[in-house]
Amino acid sequence: MAAPMLRGRCLGRCWALACIDSGSRHGRGAATGFTSSGKRGQSFVAQQPLLTAQKSRKGEHKWAAVVGLEIHAQIASNSKLFSGSQVHFAAPPNSLVSFFDASLPGTLPVLNRRCVEAAVMTGLALNCHINKKSLFDRKHYFYADLPAGYQITQQRLPIAVNGSLAYSVCVGKKWRQVITKTVRIKQIQLEQDSGKSLHDELRSQTLIDLNRAEGQLRVDANISVHHPGEPLGVRTEVKNLNSARFLARAIDYEIQRQINELENGCEILNETRSFDYKLGCTVPMRDKEGKQDYRFMPEPNLPPLLLYDTASLPAGADPQQVINIDRIREQLPELPSETREKLIQQYGILPEHSFALLNEVGLLEFFQNVIKETRAEPKKVTSWVLNIFLGFLKQRNLAVNESPVTPSVLAELLNLLDRKVISSAAAKQVFEELWRSKGKTPSQIVSERKLELMQDEEALERVCHAVMEGHPQVVMDMKRGNPRAINKLIGLVRKVTHNRADPTVIKEILEKQLSS
Amino acid sequence: MWARAVLLGHRSWMGWHRGFTSKTDPQGSGRVTAEVIEHLERLALVDFGSQEAVARLEKAIAFADRLRAVDTEGVEPMESVLEDRCLYLRSDNVVEGNCVEELLQNAHRVVEEYFVAPPGNISLPKQDEQQPFSHN
Repeated sequence: MAAPMLRGRCLGRCWALACIDSGSRHGRGAATGFTSSGKRGQSFVAQQPLLTAQKSRKGEHKWAAVVGLEIHAQIASNSKLFSGSQVHFAAPPNSLVSFFDASLPGTLPVLNRRCVEAAVMTGLALNCHINKKSLFDRKHYFYADLPAGYQITQQRLPIAVNGSLAYSVCVGKKWRQVITKTVRIKQIQLEQDSGKSLHDELRSQTLIDLNRAEGQLRVDANISVHHPGEPLGVRTEVKNLNSARFLARAIDYEIQRQINELENGCEILNETRSFDYKLGCTVPMRDKEGKQDYRFMPEPNLPPLLLYDTASLPAGADPQQVINIDRIREQLPELPSETREKLIQQYGILPEHSFALLNEVGLLEFFQNVIKETRAEPKKVTSWVLNIFLGFLKQRNLAVNESPVTPSVLAELLNLLDRKVISSAAAKQVFEELWRSKGKTPSQIVSERKLELMQDEEALERVCHAVMEGHPQVVMDMKRGNPRAINKLIGLVRKVTHNRADPTVIKEILEKQLSS
Repeated sequence: MWARAVLLGHRSWMGWHRGFTSKTDPQGSGRVTAEVIEHLERLALVDFGSQEAVARLEKAIAFADRLRAVDTEGVEPMESVLEDRCLYLRSDNVVEGNCVEELLQNAHRVVEEYFVAPPGNISLPKQDEQQPFSHN
């Protein structure tokens, strides 16, 4: 039917601002969870050594928020999950729809092998347990963009469960400190996507396009609050979130809203809400009446999905018809955490920099190419790539592969810097020029603009001496210990030398001359 | 209205729903409440229309309840009669689609190759707003 989707559900514990208390230390891996969608069902409370909640004076009870994310990710495949029609962005309406996708009677779902492999790969990359047997179910509800009246999903026994994902968060002053957190992945399941509805308010109608292949990544958030030690609260689902920034704002808002409601003696409804970007608040969604009852039932047209590993692979099986988890694991590319670890080991860079290098497409490759061609220290290269180079890219809204400066060119520049042919300030000037005018090499620019550092130490000493003679007042200030005085002198020397002297060296000479 | 409330068996044919848990009824007089009928009508868009239809439903439940006479302690439930079959895996090739004209032929209303539907879901009228036995 639709474009194939992977739905992952991960749980994290995030503590409401209302309960931040420097004395509390709550274990991050605490076991809390939700059961399947639509029902509050069984929830289990964390077993953790918590502070005892104060008794009921309003506002004194500490609140804890629990947030679960449902992430819908479209699988990169040529054809759909259950039909052979194409998965393609922005095609004419209903042009990529087969009879099955249109839910014409008599059509049957046929599972796409590539989608199963993608699901297994995702499960392995997220440290999940892969279920060797998983089942497909029907989730029933009525909506115009769901012509069958149900969606095929994996509610009872999904393809992967119990995974985790480690990520880094910048905290502290100026986001300098980076800490690693872990979020649990409850499950990963394969499911169909519904069609696309375009609402025509004017003519009071809805236009339906069954192509799907929309919105490659979507997130819904499930949010509830409770007092630590007590059972979990009623949760609401917030939909219509399409960026990480709004996700955070919506969750913060909803947590606070729920706390306010409960502290005022109201109840939280188990409802679906939408995030209003302009107002910055969540609002109930119309057209969702009360609790949904999806009447889950096994998908009668699909047998259980069986996966194998090398040990359990049946002899003489058609390789096209069996999926070997071990083979897929071997084919996994190097995961980001491994790459980051290697960078840290190999180049001695900081963890937060390893994240930054991997977060921009092509940046890691750029960095590695520069490293190959330069003698400069990796820390220097890191600093130049992450601060100066990346800064230039961001200012001009360019991708790494659109950079006018190639890795070789930057490497050459860094070599000049490393050999102390130019100062750091001069290097930045050269970089600016390199960015503007293609075709020139760093060496060319340096000689054209006479940016080479003065090599004649004696000449520099004479200049320093002359400047000091010419500004006795500043020298007096310096002797009195005014720190700004020396900077003024350095500035004057630089002016005289047309910026061709290294400020650090100037400072040394001035201090030496002063003390003699 | 149609029925007096009695208790439905815990493992009736609506067994997937934990929402309808109730005490088991060993006598099996299995009457279905008006509330449940209304709920089913909304969920499945069926129209029970008459006392007869509800009675038929109750008989069907009673028939299925006889399964409980079997002791299934420790037995894995069968999920599908296909459980011994192999699930066929299709290669990821594009082999269909591109038949928008044919598909739209069946549509009642069409706008520029889009199917046309009413705006959102139309709610069913509530129980008390209806005449008994005549719905929609």
